[in-house]
Amino acid sequence: MKSAILAVPRGFLSLLIGMRVTLTQFFKRTVTVQYPRQTLKMPARYRGHIELVIDPETGRFRCIACKLCERACPSECILVDGAKLEGEKKKSVTEYALDFTKCSLCGACIEACPSDAIHFSREYNLASTDKGDFHYDLMKRPEAGRKDP
Amino acid sequence: MNLLSTEPIRLLFSLLCIIAFVGVNAMYLVLAERKGAGRFQNRPGPNEAGYGGWLQPVADVTKLLSKQLMVPPEADGLLFRLAPLVVLTPAMMCLAVIPFGDKLVARDVNVGLLMVFSFGSINVMAVLLSGWASRNKFAIISAARVVSQNVAYEIPMLLVVITLLMATGTMDLSEIVRQQAGGFWHWNICRVWINPLMPVTFVIFFICMLAEANRSPFDMAEAESELVAGAYTEYAGMGFGVFFMAEYANIVLGCSLATVLFFGGWQTGLGAVPAAWGGWGILVGTGFFLAKMYALVFTVIWVRWTFPRTQFYALLNLSWKILIPVSLFTLLLSSAMIKFLPR
Repeated sequence: MKSAILAVPRGFLSLLIGMRVTLTQFFKRTVTVQYPRQTLKMPARYRGHIELVIDPETGRFRCIACKLCERACPSECILVDGAKLEGEKKKSVTEYALDFTKCSLCGACIEACPSDAIHFSREYNLASTDKGDFHYDLMKRPEAGRKDP
Repeated sequence: MNLLSTEPIRLLFSLLCIIAFVGVNAMYLVLAERKGAGRFQNRPGPNEAGYGGWLQPVADVTKLLSKQLMVPPEADGLLFRLAPLVVLTPAMMCLAVIPFGDKLVARDVNVGLLMVFSFGSINVMAVLLSGWASRNKFAIISAARVVSQNVAYEIPMLLVVITLLMATGTMDLSEIVRQQAGGFWHWNICRVWINPLMPVTFVIFFICMLAEANRSPFDMAEAESELVAGAYTEYAGMGFGVFFMAEYANIVLGCSLATVLFFGGWQTGLGAVPAAWGGWGILVGTGFFLAKMYALVFTVIWVRWTFPRTQFYALLNLSWKILIPVSLFTLLLSSAMIKFLPR
């Protein structure tokens, strides 16, 4: 009897506590990002598709076309080709194709790369109705997605 | 102005004002509700139509008006069309006796409180009608729920109102407001020397008001996650829109009534408005009335976005096992105090 009567004010108090919780939320800032007009800075470890790095000293790709990434890739989605230019000891990359439809963003290629020539981009605005749009020629889009949108 | 003070024209004008008031309130309380829901969930709410979304209600109403009104085959066409009217009209009728300010009342009936409660219960019948006429199983379940819910909550509501009536001694809503003149400690909710449980009385009144208006956490009639849209399932376009208007009209009515009965209506709570202000003084009172009423409306929205919907038996338990005994106790206590304590 006593506990049944005491349950009423206790229950009411718990309701008031709940209302206090929601009221504190009421006065907090909104967390919504109005997406097409506002965007968030992507975090440093975000994994977009890979892209080739340009050496700032020479202004050319760091890639030496050693094909270690091609071999490391478990999905076989990378195709690299290279050639020795006149008067140079190292090979240079002439073709770097990425089939992003197969890539699982595991990063094995980046770990395998001996010259730090590839990294993840921060590109996430990827949508298309054509599968062919995801066969990238990375030579043509150096560091395109590295910039924060 | 003379034309406006002759009787039938004055009444007609006031009723037009009430219809406009209900319409604007329904439109903008929907926006306030959605904005409030957004704020409680840390998001901005509707903000695309107009600055801060203020044109959203216009867009909503335009959409509802342009939709076809459909009557499902084998439904009871007459009742189906009648139900939205029956649900909205009583709420508007009740607002006719609510004093929005000193003398600012469409019809000063000396049994105003009685009228509000007699018309208020027609609301239930209208929801029952809509559920029955739709010939839809969800609508019928919802209609049955509404009836048992409202029967359960009408009782504590009326017990609480009787408690209050014993304190005021009149059913005239304007007179009840006049009795609460002076500081806010003269408001009925603070009159603990008449009945120490006056605040409890208000809480019971508020809970019953939520249940009567089918508001969350007692929105058994619409229970969208269980019953599609409950009694309103088969309604499209403005038929549904009128039910929506009626819901908000009932909230406004309930909050106005709570303001009049417990929070001193148009009394400022700081003392009387100087008589020299004349008509402007009445408007100041109206401002205070609206401020108190909208604070209560905000609380209704606040409650909706705080508590989940109760289960049906929990809802009936709350009424029969807690609200009715407590309101009976306050009734007995207050009659004993009036009888035996010197006034």
